[in-house]
Amino acid sequence: MASIKLKLPQAAQNAQEPITHSDGPIVTGTSVLGIKYKDGIMVAADCLASYGSLARFRDVNRLQAFGERTIIGASGDIGDFQYVQDELEKLMIKDFCLADGHELATPHVYSYLHRLLYSRRSEMKPLWNSYVVGGVHSSSSQRFLGYVDLLGTTYQSSTIATGFGAHLAQPLLRKAVEGREDTLTEEEAVKILDDCMRVLFYRDARSLNRIRRAKVTKDGMEVTDPYSLETEWAFAEHIVGYGA
Amino acid sequence: MATSSAKEASFSPYEDNGGTNLAIAGQDYCVIASDTRQSRGYNINTRFAPKTFKLSDKTVLSTAGCQPDGNMVVTRIKQHMESYKHAHNKEMSTPAVGQLLSTMLYMKRFFPYYSFNILGGLDKEGKGCIYSYDAIGSAERVPCLASGSAAALVQPFLDNQVRNCNQVGKPRIMAASPVSHLSLDQAIKITKDAFTSATERDIYTGDNLQIFIVTRDGVEEQVHPLKRD
Repeated sequence: MASIKLKLPQAAQNAQEPITHSDGPIVTGTSVLGIKYKDGIMVAADCLASYGSLARFRDVNRLQAFGERTIIGASGDIGDFQYVQDELEKLMIKDFCLADGHELATPHVYSYLHRLLYSRRSEMKPLWNSYVVGGVHSSSSQRFLGYVDLLGTTYQSSTIATGFGAHLAQPLLRKAVEGREDTLTEEEAVKILDDCMRVLFYRDARSLNRIRRAKVTKDGMEVTDPYSLETEWAFAEHIVGYGA
Repeated sequence: MATSSAKEASFSPYEDNGGTNLAIAGQDYCVIASDTRQSRGYNINTRFAPKTFKLSDKTVLSTAGCQPDGNMVVTRIKQHMESYKHAHNKEMSTPAVGQLLSTMLYMKRFFPYYSFNILGGLDKEGKGCIYSYDAIGSAERVPCLASGSAAALVQPFLDNQVRNCNQVGKPRIMAASPVSHLSLDQAIKITKDAFTSATERDIYTGDNLQIFIVTRDGVEEQVHPLKRD
């Protein structure tokens, strides 16, 4: 098992050893999924924060609303995410105090996050997260779905999956969504995300079947309360040969 | 663990996001093209992430390598060009942007931008011009160039088809000469062939081909499909 490393002050580090910077995430959240659909953007994440392989916190919210029409989903280090939440709140208060009638739209929040993460990676003090940023513009109703991570890598796509989801869920999402962004109904979008989150729960050992889902449309945002996905384990009876 | 001397790989600020760029300079045009795939290891992040950008009516910049660094190079070049315009009341010439980019890359010599750039456009005489760079600012003017993940596949093809290397009875274009002798139509055909072939062999190249054509009339942008596998 890989050991969990703590960030030690420089003096506590062995003088013989080279200076280590950020050794990696401690308490972590796993995949976040996001898709475009007919009415806007839908994002899902589970409620687990792991400490290594320990399922440490089982009711964590990894979906953060920014204003009326921007949703941010975070995976990676939960502590770093909470710091970013504080920074975003400061940004929101500053923007509110301007009272200039302008609002920070989704691409602005996305750009802010990108510059924050890129400047921290350039200081070699990365914020160990991958973010999915989604939203709908208040006047043009244009949909936005973007990704940004600890290196400052950015891209936009009609389907986005972070972490383990990039391997397991992304192919399923692309098959279900690509080319149908303007026709997918809300019911279909919900089913696609629930199905993908279920697949992740079956195979990602750092996941939970308790999830939150958010949708952003031109009429505003809705974040669900945590709910559990139905799972089917009857097949497990027939599995032999794994030492059980 | 205290007893363990094994070290985990520490944080690396770099990542190779793949992608290929190509440029061909002619007597009165410049063609700069890129695929639009963005990768991370064996994953495709997105099928459409442009990495070539129009900087002015006569200059285009393409980047490959670490996406965040390339993005930063483009942002900072644009900022410099904007302030140049306000200071001198004219647009920066392509050779001037070429020198600026070299200086900017070298300024970060000891924490480089992991970005492999091609600057293309028209020079002051209206001829096509291409500047080739490494990540730390070594620059050279060339008649044709490939960079990025499939550079090793595309460059020999360009040497043969654009510079007539190893061709009997055709005039050879030297590496140091500023432009090729191709017509614009021929250059575009070669560009498309280069990318369809590169897409077959390089997993980091594919999805879409973005072609920028710089002439005295301005910059024209085309997008063509490539294989998505």
